[in-house]
Amino acid sequence: MDTIVETLKTADGTPLKKKLQQSLFRNKLRAFGLVSPLLIFLLFLFVLPIALLLWQGVYDPRFSNLMPETSNILEDWDGVSEPTEDMYAALVVDLVNAKKNKTIGKVATRVNRELSGTRSLFTSTARKASKLKAPFKKSLKKVKKKWVEIETWQAMKVASNVYTVGFVAAALDYKLNADGSITRQEEDRRIHIKLFIRTLEISLIVTLASLLLGYPIAYLMASLPLRTSNLLLILVLLPFWTSLLVRTTAWIAMLQGEGVMNDLFVVFGFAEDDDRFSLIYNKTGVLIAMTHILLPFMVLPIYSVMKTISPSYVRAAKSLGATNWTAFWRVYVPQTIPGVGAGAILVFILAIGYYITPALVGGQDGQMISNFIDFHMRKSLNWNLAAAMGLVLLVIILFLFWIYDRVVGIDNMKLG
Amino acid sequence: MKLKSLLIGVASSTLIVSAASAGSITAVSWGGAYTKSQVEAYHKPWTAKTGHQVVSEDYGGGLAEVRSQVEAGNVTWDIVDVELSDAVLGCDEGLFEEIDASMLPAGADGTPASDDFIPNTITDCAVGNIVWSTIFAYDFEKMPNGPKTMADFFDLENFPGKRGLRRGPKPNLEMALMADGVPADYVYIVLSTEEGVDRAFAKLDTIKDSVVWWEAGAQPPQLLADGEVVMTTAYNGRIFNAVAAEGKPFTIVWDGQVYDIDLWAIPKGAPNKDLAMEFMVFSTETEQLAAQASWISYGPVRQSSAALVSSYHNQPDLKMAPHMPTDPKNFTNAIQNNFAWWADNQDELNERFNAWLAN
Repeated sequence: MDTIVETLKTADGTPLKKKLQQSLFRNKLRAFGLVSPLLIFLLFLFVLPIALLLWQGVYDPRFSNLMPETSNILEDWDGVSEPTEDMYAALVVDLVNAKKNKTIGKVATRVNRELSGTRSLFTSTARKASKLKAPFKKSLKKVKKKWVEIETWQAMKVASNVYTVGFVAAALDYKLNADGSITRQEEDRRIHIKLFIRTLEISLIVTLASLLLGYPIAYLMASLPLRTSNLLLILVLLPFWTSLLVRTTAWIAMLQGEGVMNDLFVVFGFAEDDDRFSLIYNKTGVLIAMTHILLPFMVLPIYSVMKTISPSYVRAAKSLGATNWTAFWRVYVPQTIPGVGAGAILVFILAIGYYITPALVGGQDGQMISNFIDFHMRKSLNWNLAAAMGLVLLVIILFLFWIYDRVVGIDNMKLG
Repeated sequence: MKLKSLLIGVASSTLIVSAASAGSITAVSWGGAYTKSQVEAYHKPWTAKTGHQVVSEDYGGGLAEVRSQVEAGNVTWDIVDVELSDAVLGCDEGLFEEIDASMLPAGADGTPASDDFIPNTITDCAVGNIVWSTIFAYDFEKMPNGPKTMADFFDLENFPGKRGLRRGPKPNLEMALMADGVPADYVYIVLSTEEGVDRAFAKLDTIKDSVVWWEAGAQPPQLLADGEVVMTTAYNGRIFNAVAAEGKPFTIVWDGQVYDIDLWAIPKGAPNKDLAMEFMVFSTETEQLAAQASWISYGPVRQSSAALVSSYHNQPDLKMAPHMPTDPKNFTNAIQNNFAWWADNQDELNERFNAWLAN
């Protein structure tokens, strides 16, 4: 066999392969140039802020920045032995400085999260700190007895960790102790695991409900003549264009005790006038309102996939002897799976982070994890815990996404 | 070249002139009838007197926005209406400018400011404006023999039906203890013990299944009007407004009220700090505080204002005094929200309350 192959060359003498690569590279560069504004936009206004925020879930330099001496000496403390005079001396130095720099409030807030009642301990002691004399253990004890209690020092030790798993542990109802061990939170303060489970449960039910409701609507729209189906499409889109708040408050008017639905139930004898159904301000209300609000996200992808399915497949199945049901179930439905997958994952992901609707109609058993993230962002100002909860939620979603990819396959998803 | 410098000169001089003659500050408050009362009593007279504009913004309370503005170094608010607990917390954290209390003028009757303001209403960083209260209210058309005491609020047997409560431990724990027979003066002493907190939660347990939780101050009157609840805790001004302005048949039960004060505070680094200070001083003068009381039933923090408080702004027959939290008849069994106690305990109690609610 002759192995000599003449390299193909272009008119200017460069090898064709090289020329092709050059031109492909140029194309890629151009494509990259076109998407780069979006990429940069996403990077700086979406990825970076989220990453920085989530970072706070494990990074908390507040205490060690504001109380440097105490933090240094606490690093060598084992968390169980009696605090030494050196530790008390370091504490007084920091308290004097914190008072001078007006940062004592931040320190007090941080330690108070670990141990209730320490806020006033810090703020009131700091006011007198500059007048304290050695031995400091004795003089601090005279100001407040709490200073010689080991719990106070353990709380400071936990607060002094710059890189900490404490907040993630708290987001999972565990507690980081001063000696580095992690134990479960006291029973009457456990809440987050329950909320994560409830959030997943609500999202799952909402996804299933909107699939059950949305699939027939999409099928109807795909099989009707264009004029009627366009009208239906507008009816699906109309609530989509209405403000989320308006739709949620409309549900309050519909479902409340004296609302439209309950009035109808009473008229038709399903309920007694003085014993009406509780349809709102609980989980039921959240499920109903969220299913309604998220329904278009299910209908539209399924509809767009159904539109592309040629009716000849079902006709062919029937002409080969399949019953109506078999033709539908074995031939038609499998072709809609990409739409169902896209719709389901869209609704599920949106539902898992939902918070306005549960906040308005959730009452006490319809609150979701986002409501508590919001609570810690806006009310308790515990941004670290909020970030840790967000981090856990993100990990859960990524895990579910991975499972989805293994079971259904992400390539199977089709948005239209 | 000449033309250009001339233009710059003209432009900069107009800028300076306009800045000096008509400044503008952003005042942030709680919205609804309350902001309206401030606009009528403070903002409009101030604009009329000084020519400066006041841009009004609403918020839902708390320090989150102030903290993020100050920490990001991008403060857009000039003055904020805050609760006492937030005024103190924010001051400790360095979020608010310090106030020189000596710039507050004497009352209209000549009393020096330090004696004119009721105690604890001037802090290092904030100046008080009103006393407000959390009370409970019911619809007397639906319940002619309505509840009379805090204990009745927890009495499902004699007063069946749903109740509205604020979502959060404050001031539900105080109210629960008063309903359980703890005298007002001892509420925080009892709450400072483990058993006291357990006792308050146990009392709340008795009505837990009948509670509709509200968050925004505008919700309780709505819940009551819709018949969603038969009685609800609420801010007294909101209920008064529903009665006076909308003619709703609501009655306030003052027994066991938990009162608090609102204050003006200036975020650290506010863009128009000096104007905001001027506005703060102006709006807390005797006349302005008294004028506000003709728009909403919150009590002025200056004692000299009481003599000037008369009737509702458009209903001369509706005297305001009996609707104030501080009226002697309403004040028999009342406690002041103890901000220091809450500052120490709110983290733990919020957690416990949320866990209690979720179970």
